[in-house]
Amino acid sequence: MTSGNIVLEGRGLHRSFGPVEVLSGIDLVLRAGEVHAVIGENGAGKSTLMRLLSGHLEPTKGTVAIDGAPCVFRGPVDAEHRGIVLVHQEILLAPHLSVAENIFLGREKRRGFVVDDAVMNREAAAAVRELGADIDPTTTVDRLSIAQRQLVQIARALAVEHRVVIFDEPTASLTPVEADALFDVIRGLRARGVAVLYISHRLPEVKAIADVVTVLRDGRLVAHHRCDQLEPVDMARLMVGRDMANLYPVSAPPPPDAPIVLEVRDVSVPGFVQNASFHLRKGEILGFGGLIGAGRTELLEGVLGLRPSSGEVRVKGEPVRFRTVADSMRAGIVYLSEDRKGKGLLVGQDLRTNLTLSALDRFRRGFLLDKAREWSALDRAIAAFDIRTRRRDINAGQLSGGNQQKLLLAKSMLIEPEIVVIDEPTRGIDIGTKAEIYRFVAKLAADGKAVIVISSELQELIGVAHRVAVMRAGRIVGEVAGDRMTESDIVVLATGVAAEAA
Amino acid sequence: MTNASETTLARPARPGFRIDLRTAAPFIALAVLLVFGALLNPNFVSAANLINVLTRCAFIAIIAVGATFVIAAGGLDLSVGSMAAFIAGSMILVMNSMGSEASVGVIALSMVIALGIGAACGLANGLVTTVGRIEPFIVTLGTMGIFRALVIWLAEGGSIAMKDQELRAVYRPVYFGTVAGIPIPVLVFLAVAAVAAFILYKTRFGRHVLAVGSNEDVARYSGIPVGRVRTLTYVVQGVCVAIAVLVYVPRLGAATPTTGLLWELQAITAVVIGGTALRGGTGRVWGTLCGALILEVVGNIMVLSDLVSEYLIGAVQGAIIIIAMLVQRSMMRRA
Repeated sequence: MTSGNIVLEGRGLHRSFGPVEVLSGIDLVLRAGEVHAVIGENGAGKSTLMRLLSGHLEPTKGTVAIDGAPCVFRGPVDAEHRGIVLVHQEILLAPHLSVAENIFLGREKRRGFVVDDAVMNREAAAAVRELGADIDPTTTVDRLSIAQRQLVQIARALAVEHRVVIFDEPTASLTPVEADALFDVIRGLRARGVAVLYISHRLPEVKAIADVVTVLRDGRLVAHHRCDQLEPVDMARLMVGRDMANLYPVSAPPPPDAPIVLEVRDVSVPGFVQNASFHLRKGEILGFGGLIGAGRTELLEGVLGLRPSSGEVRVKGEPVRFRTVADSMRAGIVYLSEDRKGKGLLVGQDLRTNLTLSALDRFRRGFLLDKAREWSALDRAIAAFDIRTRRRDINAGQLSGGNQQKLLLAKSMLIEPEIVVIDEPTRGIDIGTKAEIYRFVAKLAADGKAVIVISSELQELIGVAHRVAVMRAGRIVGEVAGDRMTESDIVVLATGVAAEAA
Repeated sequence: MTNASETTLARPARPGFRIDLRTAAPFIALAVLLVFGALLNPNFVSAANLINVLTRCAFIAIIAVGATFVIAAGGLDLSVGSMAAFIAGSMILVMNSMGSEASVGVIALSMVIALGIGAACGLANGLVTTVGRIEPFIVTLGTMGIFRALVIWLAEGGSIAMKDQELRAVYRPVYFGTVAGIPIPVLVFLAVAAVAAFILYKTRFGRHVLAVGSNEDVARYSGIPVGRVRTLTYVVQGVCVAIAVLVYVPRLGAATPTTGLLWELQAITAVVIGGTALRGGTGRVWGTLCGALILEVVGNIMVLSDLVSEYLIGAVQGAIIIIAMLVQRSMMRRA
C-alpha cells in the first residue's frame, strides 16, 4: 500500500479534564488514501483523541496540523469546513424527520425561499445507494432499524466535502453483513484518496480494514505498526498491557442438581420480546448475549416489573407477578441498569443518598432517617467495594465510571439480594476495575447467589458466565455452555447465519 | 488514584454544614435589601413595619413551602391562587350555613373541612398528573381555571362574606392576634416551615421526593413508588394552601373572585429565589421562607419610597423570578 501526503497530524497532544490527564503526548499522522486504526480498551483515550482531531475539544497542550500547517479549530463546524468529518457512534438524528431531511439538516437545498424536497430526496437516495443500501429517502428515521440509521448518519457525514473521515466504533450495532457493506464504503473512500481514521476495539475487523494501527493504553500511545505486521492477538496484548488470562477469575459452575431459583416461561414484552423462557440455578452465572436491540434488556426489565409483560415467572418454585420493581426487590432480585447515569445513580446527589436509596427502610428509626447509620454504611461500602474517592460528600456524578459502577453494586447489595441482574457490567470502565467487577461477580456466585450478566462483549460473556443464552430479534434462539461457549458459536446464534445455512 | 488511608481522612465533621454560596445567596440578598430599605426610609426598619411585613408575607410563605415539595419533585402547581380562593369561599359558606351559634367549635370544624378540601384539590391535581400522565403545567393550568370559576359561581359574581359578626370577632385573632408579641400568622408559617423541613430532610418520604425530582428513572429503578410520591407532593401543596386560607379568612372575612390572584407567581418566585431548582432534585424550605420575605420587603420598599410606582409591583415580581433564574443558570455553569 503506497502512502499519500500527510493530511492531518497531531503533534504531542495532551488533554486534561480538571486534574485528570486523559491523554498525553500523542503523535499521530493521517495520510491520504490510508486507513488508520486507533485501538484501545474503554477509557484508553480513543474518544478524546478523536474529539481533539475533529474540533469537539481543544488540546491542553500540543497542536493539530492540516497539510503541515498548525491550526486551531473553533468547533466541529469549523473542522467540517476544513474537510474533517466525524461519524458518531451514537445515532444523532431527528427521529421525526425523513431520511433526506436528516441528511440535509442545517444545509437544506433551497429554491428561492422554499426548500427543494425533490432535489434533496434524489440526492439523498443516491447517497444512501452509494453506501450499498436501499432506503426510501422520504421514510421517517424512527421507522428505520438501528443499522439503517447508522447508514443514514454516515451518508449525512459524507454529504459535505471531506478529506478526512473519522469513524467512531461504527460496527457496534451492525450485523456482519452490514459491517461488510460498511467496509466496502471505507475501501471506496480510501481509493478516492480520503484519509480514514477508524476507531474500534474489534480487532479482527481492524486487521481486515486498516493499513496502519496505533494502540492507546491509559491515555498514552504504546505502539504504532503497519497492520500487516500485527495479528489480532498481538493487538490485544498491546491494548491490555498484560496477560488477558488473569482478567477473568476461575469460577466453577454449580452442580447440575442445584436448585432453580428463577424460572421464566413464555414471557413476552410487547414490541420487544416474544415467548422467552429460561431458568437460573443457585450459584450460577447466566450470560445473555446478542446484538444491540435484540431485546435482552427489555426481557429482564419485563420480568422484573420495569416494563409491562406477560408470561410466567417463578422464584424458588413460587409463581410471582412483579407489578413494580419494588415487588421484585422484595423477592430478593436486584437489577443494575446498563444506563448507570440515567437509571442507576442520581448523579446530582451525594454518595450517601445514592447508596441507601433502594434500602431506606433499613435506615429508619420511626419516622426519622438515621443519617449516622447511613454514613457508616457508606464507610463500609467504600472499603468493601474499593470505591476510590478523595471525599465522601461529593456527588455521584463526580466519580469515574468504574467507581460509579462500584457504588451502584454497593447500593444494590444493601437490599441483600439472592439474584443479581447486571446489564453491561463493564461498559465505559477501565481494565483494572473490570477485573475487580469480574471477581465480585464470581464471588457472588460462589457465595450461593445467582447472577445474570447481560453483555455485548463476547469475551466478557465467555470469561465470566457458566452458560450463555443468546437472543436475536426478541427471541431466545439458543444456549451455549462448556466447549460450545465460543465467540463464533455466539455470533452465529446472534446474527442468525446458522438459521440461513441450515 | 487515592489510597485507602487517604479516603478515611476527608469527611467533614458535620456533613452539609459547609457554607454554600447557593444556599446563602437568598439570605444575603435579604440582608442587602434590608440595608437598602433602611437607607431609603428610616421608618422601614421600625419594629411595627417589620412585623407588618412578616405578617403580610405569611400567606405566600405558607403556600410556597408547599410549592417547594412540588417543585423539588420536579412538578409545578399553577393552581394555588385559584385553589386558595376556592377553599376560602367554600370555608365561609360552610361557616355561614352552620347556624347562629358563634363558637370556637364552629370555627374548628370549618378549619378541618377547609384542610380536607385543600387535600382533595391537591389529590386531584396529583392523580390527574400521575395517573393520566399529563404535564403538571397543563393539569394545574386547567384546575387553575376550574377553581377560579367555581369561586365566581359560588359567589354568583359577587363576594362571599362571613355573615355572623360574632363569629368574625371570635375568628379575628387568628390573623390579628399575637402570642408573646409575635403575630399568630408568623408563628403559623414558622411552624409550617419547621414541619416541612423535618419531613423533607429527615424522613424517607422527603428523600423520595428529592430522588424523584433528581431523576425519575433512577427513582423508579430503585424501587420508589414514583407516582405515589409525586401525588403526595400535590396533597402537601393543597394542605399548605388550606393552612394559608385559615389565616387569610379572618383578615377580611370574605372571599372574592380576585382573592389569591397571581399568588402562584409569588409562590413559585419565592421558591426559586430561595434556591430550589425548578428542574427538581433540591428543596430549600428555609430559602423559600426567605424568598417570600424578599418579595414582601421589595413590595414594602416600593410603597415606602417613590422609586417605582407601587402599581408596578407585579412587574417587579415578574422581573425578580426571571433574574433569579438567570442567576441560578450562571451558578450552574460555574459549578
